[in-house]
Amino acid sequence: MRRDDTPLATQAAKAHSQVMTAPLSIVVVEEDRDRAIAIVDALKDSGDYDVHVIGNVSGLARKIAAFLPDVVLIDIDNPTRDMVEELTLASGPLDRPVAMFVSGAAGGLARAAVEAGVSAYVVDGLQPERLKPVMDAAIARFQIMRQMRTELDETRRALEERKVIDRAKGLLMKAKGIGEDEAYAILRKAAMDQGRKVAEVAEALVTVAGLLR
Amino acid sequence: MKTVSLPIAYMPLVDAAPLIAAQEMGFAEAEGLSLDLVAAPSWSSVRDMLAFGRVDAAHLLSPIPVTMALGLGGVTTAMSAVSVLSVNGNVIGVSRALEAQLRRIGHPFDFADAAAAGAALAAVAGGRLTVGVPFPFSMHVELLHVWFSATPLSAVDIEIRTVPPPLMAQALAAGDIDAFCVGEPWGSVSVEGGSGALLLPGHAIWRFAPEKVLATRTDWAETEPHLLGRLMRAVWRAGRWLSQPDSRTAAAELLSRGKWLDVPSEVIDRALSGQLTISPSGETRETPGFLEFHLGAANFPWRSQAKWIACQVARRTGQDPVEAMDRAARVFRSDLYRAAMRGTGADLPGASEKLEGSLPHPTPVASGAGRVILEGDGFFDGRIFDPTQG
Repeated sequence: MRRDDTPLATQAAKAHSQVMTAPLSIVVVEEDRDRAIAIVDALKDSGDYDVHVIGNVSGLARKIAAFLPDVVLIDIDNPTRDMVEELTLASGPLDRPVAMFVSGAAGGLARAAVEAGVSAYVVDGLQPERLKPVMDAAIARFQIMRQMRTELDETRRALEERKVIDRAKGLLMKAKGIGEDEAYAILRKAAMDQGRKVAEVAEALVTVAGLLR
Repeated sequence: MKTVSLPIAYMPLVDAAPLIAAQEMGFAEAEGLSLDLVAAPSWSSVRDMLAFGRVDAAHLLSPIPVTMALGLGGVTTAMSAVSVLSVNGNVIGVSRALEAQLRRIGHPFDFADAAAAGAALAAVAGGRLTVGVPFPFSMHVELLHVWFSATPLSAVDIEIRTVPPPLMAQALAAGDIDAFCVGEPWGSVSVEGGSGALLLPGHAIWRFAPEKVLATRTDWAETEPHLLGRLMRAVWRAGRWLSQPDSRTAAAELLSRGKWLDVPSEVIDRALSGQLTISPSGETRETPGFLEFHLGAANFPWRSQAKWIACQVARRTGQDPVEAMDRAARVFRSDLYRAAMRGTGADLPGASEKLEGSLPHPTPVASGAGRVILEGDGFFDGRIFDPTQG
């Protein structure tokens, strides 16, 4: 389908050309302080930018508008992201129209950003060559944070499973007067017979034991 | 038939039920599909997952594919709304402070009369009102504009602000917003939490508003017509199942599971049965047609519905309404719906456009199989939208 918003884009480009020499103004929306600091550091390492962090999302669109940013960065998984969408309305709180930068020339960059877990909103008419270093830095940082979060979740899950299996083993050892290895063998056999994970069988056992207590 | 897994994005809301039921009740399996349902944290995320090919279809607010075609919201990948998943289902709620003021001036909280509710709210608003909605491009916003324009609320200084639905009750309690328009279960959740009271159901403003659509990328619809047809039929059968009163208990239980909405089944049942608890003191109101998944050719994507949305948005954003309606008409794919649903027993009206708002009550019209009964589709102020004029 044809898209025709040239008048808006041209207007914005004109408005923007007047501030071409000033450092890019970037707003990072991130409630977690440590994550916010990490992103700001990564951005500052990659160039001379004017970076602001918004941590409290109440009235987000207005807070962002107050900074008149060129670029807004926000975690793709952040539920408050929909608040930023208000900025894409020409009649919204920011008088310069903003687009999610995926609509612009930087197509490949957009996909990389989405995969890394960062969404960027960019003032219409911003040159791709000015945007690229910002996005490269943001993408790299978000990728690391996403990996860390996944690893943390995995570790937590493994620990939880470990704990529940230990408790189930303990229950079996006490109930049947058997050793630890034998208790684990019983759990593993039940899991294999039922086509379930050992942790699931252990959890069922712990739940039932709790009910019978 | 080989089972094909289809990734589909959705927002955890009561009106995602047709997709969830299609997967859980075996309607997808019967079409050789397994729906890999991906819950999204925000509507922009649903849209992006669909636009970038992370998923092949999505549960989407009906105005999103239309406004994308109008170049609004940044992402402009061509989208097709292949069927309407649900009609109506939103509620308008107010803060406890406004509730108390409304009661003081004698408003009965009848949960039905939009004109009276608008006049009463305008009388107590004190000239200013901040209203929360889930997304800037949503039926919620469109319904509010219709309501404001035809009541004394038109004289009130109103700000419409986006608030993610799970945070709506909190925003109301904190005084960030005075009122909201939101889909279930979030209205009932705010009543349960004691932060709000429900003033109107969405269908008190427009009797038959297309709320969510089943959307795909237009290029995917063109390259995978058979897969799309199977998906559309599975979802349609799930909607038919959901519309049967006997299914309600099972549907509420199913949706309430931790895996899906993780909200008590009793709260979900309110939307499904149209028996809403409107205030923390426990008053209930019966409101038939609160949320419709099937009846009255509910799933048929009328081009006139897309044009209505486009016309409203175009007028507000300064676009040419005629051109906007022309683009929008190509987004609601009554052609694909007809092709996929032929022979299933689905209601296929003879026309693809209708005068929106012209049916005061259920009315039989011509269809492929003889006749189809369309539900009443009136606006509360009696306006009629002619898709050939705008």
